Amino acid sequence: MTATRSTSAATPFIELSRLCRTYVSGEVKVHAVRDVSLTIGRGDFVAVMGSSGSGKSTLMNTLGCLDRPTSGSYRLDGVDVDGLDRSALAHFRNHRLGFVFQGFHLLPRTSALENVELPLLYRVPMIPASTRRSQARSALGRVGLAERLDHHPSQLSGGQQQRVAIARALVTQPDLILADEPTGNLDTRTSIEVMALFQDLNAAGITIVMVTHEPDIAAFCHRTILMRDGRIVSDTRPSARRDARRELAGLPVVDVPTGPSEP
Amino acid sequence: MNTLAQFSPSRVWLTAGIAFRALGRNTLRSFLTALGIIIGVSSVVAMAAIGDGAQASITSKVAALGQNLLTVFSGPRRNGGVNSGLGSSSTLTIADADALVREIPGIVAISPEVTTPAQLVANGRNWSSTVAGESPGYLAIRNWRLAAGTMFTEREVRSASRVAVIGSKASHELFGPVNPVGQTVRIRNIPFSVIGLLESKGAGIGGQNQDDRILVPYTTVMRRITGDRYLRSINIQVRDAADMETVQEQSGLLLRQRHRLAAGEEDDFNIFNQKEVAETVDSVTSSIKLLLGAVSGISLLVGGIGIMNIMLVSVTERTREIGLRIAVGAQPAAIRLQFLLEAVGLSLSGGVVGVVLGVVASHLIGRVAGFDISISRGSVALAFWVSFATGAFFGFYPARRAAALDPIEALRHE
Repeated sequence: MTATRSTSAATPFIELSRLCRTYVSGEVKVHAVRDVSLTIGRGDFVAVMGSSGSGKSTLMNTLGCLDRPTSGSYRLDGVDVDGLDRSALAHFRNHRLGFVFQGFHLLPRTSALENVELPLLYRVPMIPASTRRSQARSALGRVGLAERLDHHPSQLSGGQQQRVAIARALVTQPDLILADEPTGNLDTRTSIEVMALFQDLNAAGITIVMVTHEPDIAAFCHRTILMRDGRIVSDTRPSARRDARRELAGLPVVDVPTGPSEP
Repeated sequence: MNTLAQFSPSRVWLTAGIAFRALGRNTLRSFLTALGIIIGVSSVVAMAAIGDGAQASITSKVAALGQNLLTVFSGPRRNGGVNSGLGSSSTLTIADADALVREIPGIVAISPEVTTPAQLVANGRNWSSTVAGESPGYLAIRNWRLAAGTMFTEREVRSASRVAVIGSKASHELFGPVNPVGQTVRIRNIPFSVIGLLESKGAGIGGQNQDDRILVPYTTVMRRITGDRYLRSINIQVRDAADMETVQEQSGLLLRQRHRLAAGEEDDFNIFNQKEVAETVDSVTSSIKLLLGAVSGISLLVGGIGIMNIMLVSVTERTREIGLRIAVGAQPAAIRLQFLLEAVGLSLSGGVVGVVLGVVASHLIGRVAGFDISISRGSVALAFWVSFATGAFFGFYPARRAAALDPIEALRHE
């Protein structure tokens, strides 16, 4: 864990203020995000919804320190992120953030363990190989894949691959996990399994911001932000949140979650 | 952020591991890419080995001619526009040789020479060889030693004795492994007693076998074998290397005077300076080496371009992977290092294989073609260094491109 971390209740964990992001393609100016102000508290679980082109991806990229705002400011845990250079951003992402993508983005022909280890390879200062191994192993244990360390992505089901990706996001012990349609490629049951994992992590104190198209999936979160044309049009906290663990218990067992892989 | 910390030896080691695994994923492609460097480096090593070997062997052959040697050949360099060959016309006499020794200071020894092809018969066998009429000083001038027996003496020269010192090749053909000293050889049917055996000297500068000959007193050749009154050449040994040019000049003047050549008339003889020959040969081999070096350099260049090409393809193919690495927090410098190490890994492993192949090839060529080869540590070190530099140079641009990728675009790349 990083040594200094502001715990003051006065500063929100995520603070976007008057954020604008404009792309110029040729003669056309695209206003992807227009004047968005948003605060997210530590430990929140936020779903970002909206049709394609609503600016939710741009918002996520900004939150993920992969993109810089055209104007406005972004403070994450008191750090002024848009003041950091490319290399400092990389360092920041490595220490504070975890990413989960719709397409998993696992390295092919590379074992689950080594895939999970990947972010640790880029730690500065370096982590000894044995520590990297054991941290990756425990992250895989946390997502229920302790038995699948040496499997390559092609030998794992979609749900298992996404869990490896979640383990990879977890391994750096991040404050914030950003998930871009993590259930977009998964069937209903596997989706609920992934959401159960996210709810567990959130309960353990990790802040999660997740993009999704499906209101069903958003219903697992504490808070839903709806975007349209680069602006936030609604920001709601559903009174009744879905509980993935309980729903899984009620579902008929189609396949065992840690069972043999099926393509 | 401390950028030095990213390039600690353990960081480089870790990144090298990532890079080499990527190369190992695509063995055939890696091999084909390295092949350009393999060919380049092995040709550099082989060419250098053959070039150095040739130079060394020529240098030793020139030295084997004797020390501070001038050779006067009869006949002009050109005869009415036609080069009739050295020693072809008859102008040099024994009196010329005597005059040189008598009148020019700085000459240690001279050896008049006449040669003629002849059939040797002995021991029931016969062999076509060269009969060389020489003086007793010849061995000292040519830096040549006897393997057995003795050289003929001044007295034997004066009396045109039928004594012979046989070359190792001719001896082997006639007598086999038996010591020929004391045996009799018939040269054009005249019996000669063999009194000495020359040490083997190998091929001369022109490539002719110097051991395939038989030495007899020059007077004997002139009076008993050919009946010729003229010498083919005169070998002159100069005392001091610094006097070579002066002696050459004075000998020329003396011979012109003796041959009564008018001013403006061309020389009817030719004086070769061993040092000049050595320098000419040296400059020829140097330019051949330079040419071979340039050819090898071009093949390394082509190999380097091949590496760059494949690295660019690889960066494009692995755009998503690069995007992922950057997203999870890889420093741009770490990405650059990874691709740079891939390029250097390709070229350096090509260099290692190339050196091995070059050494093997030069030994093979040396054996098959009969060249002397000489593999210097310098040329091997140069080959390694050049292959490393090629990889670093041609890998730099693709690596920079990989590190500059925008992670968002890269992750979306199909």
